[in-house]
Parts: sequence; structure tokens; C-alpha cells
Amino acid sequence: MKAFSELLDHLVYTPGRNAKLRLMQDYFRATPDPDRGYALAALTDGLPFSFPVRRTLMNLMTRRLDPELFRLSRDYVGDTAETVALAWPEPATLPAPPRLGDIVAELELMDRNALESRLETWLDSLDSTGRWALLKLLTGALRVGVSARLAKTAVAEMGAKSVTDIEEIWHGVAPPYLPLFRWLDGLAPRPDVTGAPVFRPLMLSHPLEDSDWEALDLADFAVEWKWDGIRVQVAAGRGEVRLYSRTGDDIGRGFPDLLAGFNFNAVLDGELLIMRDGEVAPFNDLQQRLNRKTVTKRMLIDYPAHLRLYDALEIDSVDLRPLPLVERRAKLEAWHASARPPSTDLSVPLEPAGKDELLQVWQGTRGLSIEGLMLKRLASPYIAGRPRGHWFKWKRQALTLDCVLMYAQRGSGKRSSYYSDYTFGAWTTHADGQTELVPVGKAYSGYTDAELLELDRWVRGHTTDRFGPVRAVTPGLVLEVAFDAVQRSSRHKSGVAIRFPRINRIRWDKPASEADRLETIMGLFEK
Amino acid sequence: MPPSRFETWLHPTPSGLFCPPGGFYVDPGRPVDRAIVTHGHSDHARPGHDAVLATSETLAVMRMRLGDGAGHAHQSLGYGEKLTIGDVDVTLRPAGHILGSAQVVIEYGGQRAVISGDYKRRADPTCPPFELVTCDLFVTEATFGLPVFRHEPDAREIGRLLHSLATFPERTHLVGVYSLGKCQRLIALLRHAGFGRPIWLHGAMKGACDLYEELGIPLGPLDLVSEAKQSLAGEIVLCPPSALKDRWSRRLADPVTAFASGWMRVRGRARQYGVELPLVISDHVDWPELIATIEATGAGEIWVTHGREEALVHQIGLMGKRGRALALVGLEEEDLE
Repeated sequence: MKAFSELLDHLVYTPGRNAKLRLMQDYFRATPDPDRGYALAALTDGLPFSFPVRRTLMNLMTRRLDPELFRLSRDYVGDTAETVALAWPEPATLPAPPRLGDIVAELELMDRNALESRLETWLDSLDSTGRWALLKLLTGALRVGVSARLAKTAVAEMGAKSVTDIEEIWHGVAPPYLPLFRWLDGLAPRPDVTGAPVFRPLMLSHPLEDSDWEALDLADFAVEWKWDGIRVQVAAGRGEVRLYSRTGDDIGRGFPDLLAGFNFNAVLDGELLIMRDGEVAPFNDLQQRLNRKTVTKRMLIDYPAHLRLYDALEIDSVDLRPLPLVERRAKLEAWHASARPPSTDLSVPLEPAGKDELLQVWQGTRGLSIEGLMLKRLASPYIAGRPRGHWFKWKRQALTLDCVLMYAQRGSGKRSSYYSDYTFGAWTTHADGQTELVPVGKAYSGYTDAELLELDRWVRGHTTDRFGPVRAVTPGLVLEVAFDAVQRSSRHKSGVAIRFPRINRIRWDKPASEADRLETIMGLFEK
Repeated sequence: MPPSRFETWLHPTPSGLFCPPGGFYVDPGRPVDRAIVTHGHSDHARPGHDAVLATSETLAVMRMRLGDGAGHAHQSLGYGEKLTIGDVDVTLRPAGHILGSAQVVIEYGGQRAVISGDYKRRADPTCPPFELVTCDLFVTEATFGLPVFRHEPDAREIGRLLHSLATFPERTHLVGVYSLGKCQRLIALLRHAGFGRPIWLHGAMKGACDLYEELGIPLGPLDLVSEAKQSLAGEIVLCPPSALKDRWSRRLADPVTAFASGWMRVRGRARQYGVELPLVISDHVDWPELIATIEATGAGEIWVTHGREEALVHQIGLMGKRGRALALVGLEEEDLE
């Protein structure tokens, strides 16, 4: 527990990505199994428990410290768990600290009523950093400024592998990841996940630029609607079925209606939608079913899930990814026609006669369920990541950008207790290779009251700094910002000014690293 | 609460704590005729007094820092020497805070008061250790007067600094330290831990380091950042806390910013300074030491000069003693110099 708590303590103060990677790698190299595996689970939000600890801590602390002294301490520190970690009376010599692996193993099976007395024993055997880390662990969310992907990158680099290699097998291994670490240590072959419903890293698209459009020969491309749902991957096999988000999070628990009918052996790429009577419902309807660990019967009826398929990565344990799209597509069609999985259909390609006609189609793209067009090169294999020149997304004309929330400010009047004004940024890379977010605009409208509540909660939970009424937040939330135009501006650090921005949608599903880049915005300057 | 029985011969005034039968102030915040100064930090050793009594080291610090403002008549008093001033006897005892720091022991009418100034109980290679004096009235600071403040062992914190240096050998380790006392103590602790390479200094640290060496505290090889020919990657640089985020630090190699202070115990405080490596090293007592010291003096009455006095006065009440917050103006928190 000591090494783990010191790691968390370092990470929480360390701003640099490379420094974080090095700290994690040092830890994973030096720490034995199974502790390092449980640490990896904790850093990737893979721990299967989450205990609400506030009340328990108040109970425990009342027995240890004068209530007035506790109150004054908490007022000063500002956080109950940290106050307990710091003020917990410590014996002159601590007993041997518990191991991380033992704590996690015990917590996995623990009854909530047993927590208080067990927690007391643990707190009595840890130093203040250990107590702080333990309380973080209990909540199930570490919040130390490390994304699951960064943690996976750290273990990948440790074993001289790429993060894609890790993603490929990630869902075929489980905490404490012994086969994974044996492989990374060079002591065993790569864990065999053949046929297991693991996540395959997705192939992603680039926004279509003017120059792309001019150079593009339509005969080389398949054209599809860009559906306004969320991108998912279905992986089914060996009697198991998983539904993954674009980042590889398993979101299947929220969609039992969909998965119930998927008893095939395939890995498929498609768009998750809400569909009623053959009509795709607005994105907002889908949002009702996202970010939920359980789902009510009522929701299944009101918001029926549907999967619109556009690609196949694997069918009957045959990896199709090396094949060109045109062949994958043919196999997908043939398979779908015979398997006929319920609540699915295929995204039907458009067949424009030429570029002029396609331009007209794009200009006429409206409708709530369509975000724009996708252009996919027929000869392209399925390549993990975002390879250039293969897939293009061509968002419909109403301009939107995916920006990252950077600062939030309290509103005024009725909103004075809410962080309701949002400064958002886009990524830029400097000459020295450093990538950072630069603020590009500020919006304070476009969301519903319910969304405001969620945004406010998110801001409070991800604050990194405060400047009077303004909070800086971790770059972790993507806002789809709709706006009228982009103009050059010398008043802003970014060099751009966005006209009439509003929050079009909150992209809870999209990782911040995939938000738009400043160059993309620059490409939208009015001519 | 009835007035204190000490009030007739020791009481707070707008200029500071005043002893009428001796005719002097202790650590006065404004220029006065006669001052006894516990130690050389600027919130205790103010300029412009007429006569100043202190240890010879504190007087040397005042002359270095204040020049002509250090006072007209200087009288030094060694630790343990008794001096009669007016109707009171005055003795100075080591406070363990910085070089020269002293507790002022005042005896009058069979009663003894100890004004501890700032003090710590841990070993410090740069100054003699705190000497406990039993008394009837103990006047204490409460800089870290909350149960959340417990300082880690110095060796552990120095170990963390050296470990970070090993982990990030291509980065300068820039440590914010109070220029008088903390700076020299940190250097001495690093030497004790076997760090023999030159330690690089911001110009503001040089005067106090030179003085410590003159007064017989060896600090090993020290160099000025302003004279560095190289990027100082992998070196330790000490600067005042205010310079951590200053343009001054741009010349350094991707610095890891550290800050050595008791405040670093609280995460919000460390984040407020944007510190990457918070080091809990303090020249003040932590909460358990504060309580233990108060208990050990045997004093029935405790006055709290500055800091988190609300919690400490509450605690003093729980201990069955009489506590009083003086809220003396001008005494500051450790790192705000």
C-alpha cells in the first residue's frame, strides 16, 4: 500500500504527461504481483466497488477527535476524507501496513455494514498518505489526473508494446492481470484472447478539409450518412457478448435489450441509436440511456435501442481487418442476411452520381438523426487509430466543434450557485512538440436545466484550481459547441473568435484527447 | 473570564507584548525604545528600535537584513545568562527555530513567563535545540494549530527530494524555501543525507548563507544561479517561494517545483502554489508537539500570539488550562515573507 499511495500522491501533483508515465512505469516495474495489477485496475477505473464513505468517516472520527477540532480542521482543509487522512491519530509506531492486493481482495467481497470496523483497522496501520490513498480507493474513483488510456500506455511502454496492443487484449484479461504482466515482463507469450469478446481499437476519421474534397475521386469512396448516435463495437463469441464505447469502456449493462438477441460470433462496428417505428430518434433520447449502470423496464420501452451496422472486424473468428472495406462490407451484408440479429440493420450506402450531386446532398443534410456524411475509401483495411486519407467525416453545415471544457464560472442571479459559464478550448501543438489546450470561446446557453446540474456536478468534481468565481477543471469533458462563424482575433491567445457559441451537446462519451484542434478551427475562417 | 493575574506585568499593546516593570517590548511590531527580539525573521525583528537585546546571532542577522535600521544600541545576551532589567530578570533559552532564535524567560514577583517566539522541537543541524523551561505563563505561536498538521520526519522528505532527482535527472529541482533559516537547514539536511554536489542559490539566499557560514555552520559548496554556465538539469536550486513561478525560473531545465513548508501537508495549499513536489519541512512545531510542549511547561495559563488560535485555545480549554488568543498584529504565517 505504501508504494501505491506514494504513486498516487506523486501523480496528483504532477502535471506533465511524460512525468506521469515515468512515475507509473517505475511503480509497475518495482511492485510485485498481484499488487501492481490491482493498482492498474484502480488507475483504469476497473475496480468493481464503490463505497460511500462520508458518513462512515464522520462516525469513526467522532470517536477519535474532539468534534470542534474536527470541524475547524475540516473547514480549513475543505474535504472530509482528506481531513480524516491528515488528522487521524497515529500510534507512535505503525504496525506493518496492509498490502494493496489484500485490501482490494477484501473490499471486493465486503458487506457494507462491515466496512466501518475494517476501515478503522486499516486507518490505524497506515501513514497519512496511505490513509488518503485508501479513502480514494474506497470511492472507486481515484481522480489523480490519469486516464485509463494513460495508465495502459504506461504498462505498454514498460513492456515495449504499443497501447493498441494492450487495448486488443484488455477485455480478455482481468485484475490483477497476471498473464498481462508476465507478457510485458517478457516471461510469457501474449495472453491468448482468440474468440474472447475483447475490444478492438477503432478506426477513426478525419474531418473533410477543402483540399481533401478537391483531391478526392468519388469512385474510390463509399458514402454513408453519419448517424447521430454513438459509435459502438459489439464483440460476441464463446457465449459472451460485450458492447464497447469508442474508448473501449464496456457499456453493455445499460443495453440488455440489445444484447439479449446477440448470440453470434462476430465483432461489429456500428452506431448505437434509439429507434421507434423504424425512425431514428434524436440524440437526446439516446442520452437518457447513457451513463447508467442499470436500466428500468420503462426505459427499455420508451427508448428502444437499435444498432445500425457499418463494418465487420471479425466474423466467425476470422479477422477481417486486413481486407479492404469493399470486401468487409460484402461479408457483413452476407452475414447479416443469414444471421438476422434482432434490433439491427445496415447503414445503407448512398450512391451519388458525382461530386456535384454529393455536395447538394450534403448541403441539404438536415434532420435530427443525421450528423453529416462519412466518406470511406473502398480499398482501406481496418486500421486502428486515425490513419490519414482513409475515412473522412463531413459534418452537416451548421457549424459545430468538439471543444474541451477548461474553466467554469459561476453564473449570476438564479444561476449564482451554478458553474454555468463555460470556457472551452481546442488542442494545439507548439513548435517544440508540446501539446496544450488554448481557450477558443465561452458559452453559457444551449443546455437544459438537467444538463446544467450535471455540468455543475462535473465541474465541482474535477476542479484543479480556483480563481475567485472561476474554476479550472481537468481537461476531461468534451462540449460540442455550435456557432455561426469563426473570425480572426488578435484579442485572444488562440487567434480565433467564435461567434454566438452555444453548447450543442455534452459529449460524455468522447475522450478529451479526441476533441478538435485549433488548426481545424482556423480552417473555418470566413473568407 | 476575570483578567489574568499576569496582566499587571505583561500585556499585549498595539506595538506588541509589553513588560511594564522591565520597560521593554518583546518582538514589537512598531519602533520602540527598548525591544527584546526572539529571532531575526522580519515579522519579529522589525527595523527602527532604539535599543535591542537579543542573542549575538540574532543581532548579526538583523544587521545583515536591516543594515542601519537594525537599531541604535545592540546588547547581546548568551543563552542561559541572566540579566536584570528594571524589576524583572530576563534569560534567553534556545528556541530551536533558526540560528540565534531564543525564548524570552521573564521572572517577576515569584512568577515566570516564557515567551517562546517561534519554535520547533525537532533536531536542526543549524541551531541549538529547544530547551524546555517550566513556567506559570507560556506564550506560544499556533502557526500549525490544527490537528491536521503533523510534520513528516525530515529524513523522509529529503529522501523524497533525492528520489525525485533520481527519477527526473534531466530536470532542475527548484525548491522554494524561506531564505533565512529554512534555506540553510535544507542545505544542511541534504549534506547530512550525503548530497555533496554544489547547491545552486537564487541571489536572495546568498546573504543568509554567508552569514551562517561565518557563524560556524558549514553548508558545503554553494553556487549562484546567476553565474551558472549550464542549464542546471538534475541540480538542486533553492529560491524564495515568490520566485517559484517567476520569470526568473525560465532559465532552468523543465523545473520540478518543490516547496519546503509545513503548509504542504494540506493538498489544497500545495495546489494553490502549483507545486509538483510538496515537502513537509517546517521550522515550527506541529500539532502534537504544540500540545506536548504546552503540557510539559506546566503552565496554567497559555497565551496564543498568532496562527490558528481558535482551535488551539479550544484545545487548551480541553486540557483544563486557561487559554487566551492575543491576535498580535504583524506576526505572519511561515511562508508569506
